[in-house]
Amino acid sequence: MNKDNSVSYSQQQLALNQMFKDINPALSARQAGIESSRCYYCYDAPCIKACPSKINIPSFIASIHADDLTGAAKTIYKENIMGGSCARVCPTEILCEQACVRNHEAEQLPVKIGLLQRHATDNAEFEGHPFERAASTGKRIAVVGAGPAGLSCAHRLSLLGNDVDVFEAEDKAGGLNEYGIAKYKLTENFAQKEVDFILSIGGITVHYETALGRDITLEQLKEDFDAVFLSIGLQDTSSLYLDNEDNEMVINSVDYIKELRQATDLKQLDIPKDSAVVIGAGNTAIDIACQLKRLGTEEVTLVYRRGEEQMSATKHEQQIAKNHQVRIKTWSQPESIDVDDNGKVTGMSFRKTYLEDGKLKGGDVQFDVACSAIFKAVGQKMAYPDAEQLIPTISNGKIATFHNQLTSIDGVFAGGDCTGVGQDLTVEAVQQGKLAAIAINEQLNVSTTTKLQTALSA
Amino acid sequence: MADLSIDFVGIKSPNPFWLASAPPTDKAYNVERAYEAGWGGVVWKTLGEDPAAVNVSSRYSALYDHNGDVSGFNNIELITDRSLEINLREITEVKKRWPDRALVVSLMMPCEEQVWKRILKLVEATGADGVELNFGCPHGMPERGMGAAVGQVPEYVEMVTRWCKQHSKMPVIVKLTPNITDVRLPARAAKSGGADAVSLINTINSITGIDLDAMAARPMVDGKSTHGGYCGPAVKPIALSMTSEIARDPETAGLPISGIGGIGNWKDAAEFIALGAGSVQVCTAAMIYGFNIVEEMKEGLSNWMDSKGYENINDFKGLAVPNTTDWKKLNMNYKVVATIDEDKCIGCGRCYQACEDTSHQAITVTSNDDGTNTFGIIDDNCVGCNLCEITCPVDDCITMDERSEGQPYMNWMEDVRNPHREEA
Repeated sequence: MNKDNSVSYSQQQLALNQMFKDINPALSARQAGIESSRCYYCYDAPCIKACPSKINIPSFIASIHADDLTGAAKTIYKENIMGGSCARVCPTEILCEQACVRNHEAEQLPVKIGLLQRHATDNAEFEGHPFERAASTGKRIAVVGAGPAGLSCAHRLSLLGNDVDVFEAEDKAGGLNEYGIAKYKLTENFAQKEVDFILSIGGITVHYETALGRDITLEQLKEDFDAVFLSIGLQDTSSLYLDNEDNEMVINSVDYIKELRQATDLKQLDIPKDSAVVIGAGNTAIDIACQLKRLGTEEVTLVYRRGEEQMSATKHEQQIAKNHQVRIKTWSQPESIDVDDNGKVTGMSFRKTYLEDGKLKGGDVQFDVACSAIFKAVGQKMAYPDAEQLIPTISNGKIATFHNQLTSIDGVFAGGDCTGVGQDLTVEAVQQGKLAAIAINEQLNVSTTTKLQTALSA
Repeated sequence: MADLSIDFVGIKSPNPFWLASAPPTDKAYNVERAYEAGWGGVVWKTLGEDPAAVNVSSRYSALYDHNGDVSGFNNIELITDRSLEINLREITEVKKRWPDRALVVSLMMPCEEQVWKRILKLVEATGADGVELNFGCPHGMPERGMGAAVGQVPEYVEMVTRWCKQHSKMPVIVKLTPNITDVRLPARAAKSGGADAVSLINTINSITGIDLDAMAARPMVDGKSTHGGYCGPAVKPIALSMTSEIARDPETAGLPISGIGGIGNWKDAAEFIALGAGSVQVCTAAMIYGFNIVEEMKEGLSNWMDSKGYENINDFKGLAVPNTTDWKKLNMNYKVVATIDEDKCIGCGRCYQACEDTSHQAITVTSNDDGTNTFGIIDDNCVGCNLCEITCPVDDCITMDERSEGQPYMNWMEDVRNPHREEA
């Protein structure tokens, strides 16, 4: 947080920050000391295998325990330059912490890997950037989109001695970390601080408010740069295919979260007072439901057409929603959006569902939920710019990638949510960006491995 | 309910738990709080000649375990820094008020017979149950020719012990220093001098660590430090070993022992008693947790004794002594091999890493389709070292099973592989 921001805090913004305090507070040094002693320093550690970015978890925990936070953070950043935000937003309960062997013994309590990672990355002190760039290769690479995949790719490319131009459609970098993650998960302007940290390696130029298909074209980028990495994310919200869906109180959750995250004043937000319905079952649905409760919406009902087991939000996320007193209705599919004569949303009608031979069927029971706003969180879709002439192969609505994140176009790589690999997790995007960078460098230059070793051990 | 009372060289005590001569027994106030909490006895903090010692500020430091608990403790405090007159008066009063508890007085004097003679008369007059000769203090006092400086020379130990027996009717316990190559020598000397008992161990020369910013050890006195005396849980193995050495030395066998060194709970105490101790002394645990710990110590020891059918302390005293022997008498035909219980294994692989890197390559690793590993033992490679069992964090997952092949007992002296074996 820079100084100017902190002095200009309004009462409203203080209230907002208060409302969105960190859901998972940091460990104290003492807690980190005790927690780090719990790691068994496993052979062929299951947590590393479960980490999409392959962080050497036992090693960084051992460094924490030996009071070497610098070493711990460096171990994390070697594999994942966004280790700070991943420590906060990773669903560790289905990744490293699920794999922790301590789940299986008498204690049945995994090491708090996420919180330890946060302890290291929050408290490590570096003079300048932790890594030094390799000697210049003279190569220039274009990265489209400054989200986790793009930033990770740009950083790794720069580390290996390449110059990178990043083109970002918004006026800030960070992607979903800046615009999409629930406010209580990434607090205190963390996303921008992390962007500054990543860019401090040098060799990366970010061009803001520069969108593919509007200000730049892939064709031109291919011509001007030695390689291109596409990490354009997902722009569209899936539709409910119901009448009145275009009503102004039928809101795309991601748009609302973006507005909330950028707001400096509560008055800028249109907050439903009495009741809201959230449609969806992913982490975005949980995020918006919980944030509405925090903003003061009295009744928030999250409705999903299948059961809790099928929800893509993890059990941990579902519990967060329950803790926020969000009402969760499962096995219910939307039938209509109800609007009064003045065009005001009054509620939604649902039909109970059930499974028959693995197929979802509508039952006889119908019910209404009164609400003044409806938040859609039924998934995001990629919208590849219409104006583009050069389009990589799209498969299942996303950019198809092959070995090492290469697309169907030679010299064009892709990663992050716009590709069809993984579960669209931040940590996966970081890994894909990293792998693409290594592949690009390998293609353009020789022996990445040697260079990588030199750069990382600096 | 087991009887915890003891008669240690004529000193009666309702339980074997005494507070060792140290800061907790420095004055009447502390000692009476200890008796109120239930301690069976105390050894009063060492008295010396007037003028009383003067202590520095900043006196203790510690070694911590993974959880931040104290595992080793270090001090540079000297003997009592109060006058002889005050200490003797308080001892008299306390003994009068607590006649059923043991009260032993620790002494440290220069090696002059008349000095010892004089102090012994004064202590006798207090009604104290006995004296403990502090021949062990490793810091500060040896620079003045006392403490460990005496304990490290068996002839001095014998000489001073003899004076004490000559000039006093009180039981004399000689407290031994571990800062010596062979603890049996001063123990034998004490016995020759007529000692009624020995107590051990006193603290070990130590530096618990270096403050890497200040480039000095703690405790730090104006930027400088000095070695201290080490005690607490970390020294228990050393104390047990030395206790066993004296208990099984034919020359000192049967000499009463008061066990000291890292005792913090009933199990520790039972271990010292099993190796022959007739009473145990505690300091560090009380300094960290307070006097109330004696309650759980008494309760735990009593419950365990009941579960084993031991009616009094003598019933199990020394039972582990015959099973503590020389390496050359161990059975060369005995064989254990590790077994891994796959149902209990959590897949941490510590056993594999340890055996593969540092031991006998006796553990296999098999990758499963789900990304986990399964570990197994190669019986032929396993030497039964216990390392895997030690690294395993799960109770009873790795066990060392006996695989002796029916051959009779044969020790190294009888083993044909021993080029120096003693021919029958």
